[in-house]
Amino acid sequence: MPKPDSLQGSLDLLVLKILSRRPRLHGYGIMSAIQDMSGDVLRAEEGSLYPALHRMEEAGWIRAEWITKDTGRRARMYELTPAGRKQLAAEESRWQAVTSAVNLILRMV
Amino acid sequence: MSLWSRIANVLRGDRLSCEIDEEIESHIEEAIEQGRDPAEARRAFGSALRHREESRDVRMVAWLDSLRADAIFGWRQLAKNRATSAAAILSLALAIGACTSAFRLIDALLLRPLPVADPQQLYALSRQMTGFDGKPGTYDSWAYPAFRQMRAAVKGQAELLAISYAQRVDLTYQSDRDMEKAYVQYVSGWMFGSFGLRPSLGRLFTENDDLKPGAHPYAVLSHDYWRRRFAQDPKVVGRPLRIGDSLFEIVGVVAEPFTGTEPGTVTDIFLPAMMHSGAVRNDQTWHRILARLKPGAAVEPIRARLDAISRAFERERVKGFMGISKESIDNFLAQTLLLEPAAAGASGMQKNYRVALAAMGVLVALVLLIACANVANLMTAQAAARAREMALRVAIGAGRWRLVQLVLVESAWLAFLAAAMGGLFAWWSAPFVVARINPPDNPARLFLPADWRVLGFGLALTMAVMLLFGLTPALRASAVKPARALKGGEDPHSRRRMMHALIAAQVAFCFLVLFVAGLFVTTFDRLSNRPTGFSAERLLTLDAVPQSPQPPVFWDQVAEHLRSLPGVEKVALAGSPLLGGRAWNSFVSINGAPPGPVLAYFLNVSPGWIDVMKIPFIDGRDFRESDTAPGVAIVNETFVKQFFGGANPIGQSFARGRSAYQVVGVVRDAPYRSMRDPILPVAYVPFHSVECQGRIPIGAGRDIRGAHGQPQSDGAGFHAASGSAARPV
Repeated sequence: MPKPDSLQGSLDLLVLKILSRRPRLHGYGIMSAIQDMSGDVLRAEEGSLYPALHRMEEAGWIRAEWITKDTGRRARMYELTPAGRKQLAAEESRWQAVTSAVNLILRMV
Repeated sequence: MSLWSRIANVLRGDRLSCEIDEEIESHIEEAIEQGRDPAEARRAFGSALRHREESRDVRMVAWLDSLRADAIFGWRQLAKNRATSAAAILSLALAIGACTSAFRLIDALLLRPLPVADPQQLYALSRQMTGFDGKPGTYDSWAYPAFRQMRAAVKGQAELLAISYAQRVDLTYQSDRDMEKAYVQYVSGWMFGSFGLRPSLGRLFTENDDLKPGAHPYAVLSHDYWRRRFAQDPKVVGRPLRIGDSLFEIVGVVAEPFTGTEPGTVTDIFLPAMMHSGAVRNDQTWHRILARLKPGAAVEPIRARLDAISRAFERERVKGFMGISKESIDNFLAQTLLLEPAAAGASGMQKNYRVALAAMGVLVALVLLIACANVANLMTAQAAARAREMALRVAIGAGRWRLVQLVLVESAWLAFLAAAMGGLFAWWSAPFVVARINPPDNPARLFLPADWRVLGFGLALTMAVMLLFGLTPALRASAVKPARALKGGEDPHSRRRMMHALIAAQVAFCFLVLFVAGLFVTTFDRLSNRPTGFSAERLLTLDAVPQSPQPPVFWDQVAEHLRSLPGVEKVALAGSPLLGGRAWNSFVSINGAPPGPVLAYFLNVSPGWIDVMKIPFIDGRDFRESDTAPGVAIVNETFVKQFFGGANPIGQSFARGRSAYQVVGVVRDAPYRSMRDPILPVAYVPFHSVECQGRIPIGAGRDIRGAHGQPQSDGAGFHAASGSAARPV
């Protein structure tokens, strides 16, 4: 069984995909979404999520905004930008190519 | 947004940290809200500090941030040691300022290309030969007929331009009462077109303005002169202008920034070369030749072709020579033509000051090194005092380069503060030096623009200086061994060795600089205290410019008139003033023997001139009113030693060509052409000349020397009396 939190370098792809389905999520929301939607198999390392988010923000794929929640606390909400949408398409097709190539090899043996 | 926002984030670093912390905190609280155990949530998150640092690095330019932190820290360090910092900055500022102003001078005079099209295609022609005075040297003056032959010979491969030496002449735009001085250059008509220059008013010369001798009385002004003299009056075109007995008409103004081809002199007025009286004479060399090679043309074949033409011209010319030994002629004919790049133009100032400027450059570079060594020692001492601080930084994980950066940034503060002050110093000092190159009434004019060249040099110098004095202390400070330093046991000897070496270098350099500076001061002292052999006290020189050449009788009348003015004690006439830079020389033969290889120098003076100049007589008598040249001469001591072997020359005679002179007097030596020359053998001959029949033998001017007057008030009186320009000495 693989390590549950090992995302094999696909964290960017997952974050972009989730944000494309559910706009405006904070970091904790994104993390829970990865966990829930993968049926608890994938788990993003909580701390590393933020440098990754900030990196994608600097790259212009996502943008962030501070909101004040009902509880009075502030939270930083992320959403996809048009550039992020393009990046998502590119990452998705790259992922498909890699997995199908890996599957080819698995089937041969 | 990316790079810019990352740079901008450097300036709001603290707020950025707060934001990241807040986001992380909100994550943990969200987790607790979801029902997770607080301790477990924090553990699962990992090191918040590490993630924050990672995020900071993503969201801002990390090295810029650390640089900012170091800059603030470095500034605090400097402010803490205020006195030492100020001393270091001041000494560096002087050194950097001196270097920058030396560079400005060297660049403006020797390196900066002329503001013409393709300056790199420009070459200057000169000849390497032994002159008739027996001195080998490089001469760049040419006769116009030789120039015409050479131009025709290389047509198609190169364009030759005749450009006279910029000369300060007397001229007037109105009457003779309003004489003024301006720099005039006679140039080939096709020069402007060849240089790709445009008029800012009127028109420039073309080839058609330079066809027949004396047939093109037109003048073009430089923009600088147009602004200074005429306040950019557009009506200047068509105005007449008189130089000596020639009348010119202004036809245009050449656009900025072109002011002639002689760095160090700003030409005011350009005249066609054909208007120069020497345009038809093959025995008068009066202009430089610049060659503009066609793109792709090889230099050597053109040089060889020009060399052949020039030699043939001179061979033809020496056939007419008389009274010169065969040896001298052979020496003269063994000449080689040189074709050297002249992108920066060609001027006498370049020639005269190249070595001096190079020496000055080396000196100021040494001064800079001294200052650097000084500051380096200071920094090393300070760094040693901070060994514990450095050790602590290493102990908590600072990398070596991070420490090097920390100390270097402090050096950069010193260097840049010093550079700013040095820049101010250079801005003031370079023009100050230039203004002192020539006599105060006629200063050299050199454009010293503060453009990217100077700025680039200043920046490069500052960086170099920073590394020079900052790198060693920085490396040493960063090489600290934490365990030993924290215990207080840094090896004290290695540091001292280093400091002693630096101090030794400093002292050696100081000695060298002092020595060379001492040499300069001694030379200056010798030149300024060298006996002139005549007395300049209450002496006034009038440079008289007649409208047309006048016979000596006319000048006698002028002198007589001047004698009657109140306050004037004595008046005498001479062909040119001593130390005026002009020379009239010839080979002489003694007692009918063939002429030797040494030149004698001549000056025609009126009776009483020796007395007015207070040159002491050793033997014999002064000229009488009835004496004429040739006939009699008064010679100086060096002449006696050179040509009469020291024997009493009174009554003996010598000949210049066919003219014979009997020596009637011997006087003490006095410098002839310039203070820098050795004393030359000089023969003074009578002002009244029979051989020229009223024509003026050399130049067009006459000097009227009046003694015991009051120069200031009398200048105007002389002016009115003689109707010519007066110039107090």
